[in-house]
Amino acid sequence: MSMAPLIVAVMPIGLVFGAVAAGKGLSGVEVTLMSALVFAGGSQFVAMDIWTHPASWAALAFSALLVNVRHVLMSASLGAKLQGFSGPAKYASMLLLADEIWAMAEMRAKEGKLTPAWFAGLAVPFYLVWVTTSLAGALLGAFLGDPKVTGLDFAFPAVFIVLVMSFWKGRETGAVLAASAAAAVLTHHFLPGVWYIAAGAAAGVAVALLGRRREEAHA
Amino acid sequence: MTVDPHTFLAILAMAIATIATRIGGLVLIRFVTIGETQRRALEAIPPAVLMAVIAPTALVTGPAETIATVVTALVAMRLPLLAAVAAGVVTVAILRMALGA
Repeated sequence: MSMAPLIVAVMPIGLVFGAVAAGKGLSGVEVTLMSALVFAGGSQFVAMDIWTHPASWAALAFSALLVNVRHVLMSASLGAKLQGFSGPAKYASMLLLADEIWAMAEMRAKEGKLTPAWFAGLAVPFYLVWVTTSLAGALLGAFLGDPKVTGLDFAFPAVFIVLVMSFWKGRETGAVLAASAAAAVLTHHFLPGVWYIAAGAAAGVAVALLGRRREEAHA
Repeated sequence: MTVDPHTFLAILAMAIATIATRIGGLVLIRFVTIGETQRRALEAIPPAVLMAVIAPTALVTGPAETIATVVTALVAMRLPLLAAVAAGVVTVAILRMALGA
């Protein structure tokens, strides 16, 4: 099964998220609710970074929007490949969109046809494992030890590093990544909050579009 | 095991924002045709966003994180996801201990 490694990989991340969230003072029910309703690890970790008591819904919603705005592009790209899906099935599938699921579905669409059964077989176990390991992490947090000492806090960036590598298509991708990294680090240094993610995205897109204009000028 | 009303409201707001992004693309492609320029912008966004999310951790947190980032990326070229993630986690844990960070 091609999805088995993904599901095994999400387990430690769910555990770490639960442990981090419990450390921020969230109860097991709250951790479970967040993983079940938001189901977007990146924005959930960022939320823990900027969490306050009482929680500020506007700041958290805005940061979730910024971190997850990439889903618009993923669902736009994938949406065109869901011909075999009924209208409601299309929307239901996109509610379970995640970086890893999107990447697997794009790969599958390149090789053959995406079917609702294939998508559900990937997304539903992934979702259930995310929610249950988050709860387990919240309950076991104290026993996992300090995530900084075990290095488990690095599991989440490591997954993103691997995903970045999977988007590699040559020198042009290198330019996009370099622009994004530079803009993100600078913005992170000078501005509070999650603007660095928007800045990195904007810089990456700008470089991609500049590259295209240069190609056209040569043609 | 309680649910704080502020926390609940924040979770709901995050969920609504996230659902909007997930459904957004399906709505978008009904109204906008994706040409070559749009496609190129669309393709650049996921790697750019992922890079932006990890850049502060990968580049300016400390030598342990930067080296572990390089190790993870190198392992990812040859081995599957889980092996690369494990290599990164083990590297960062050992280096933090060694460097006393």
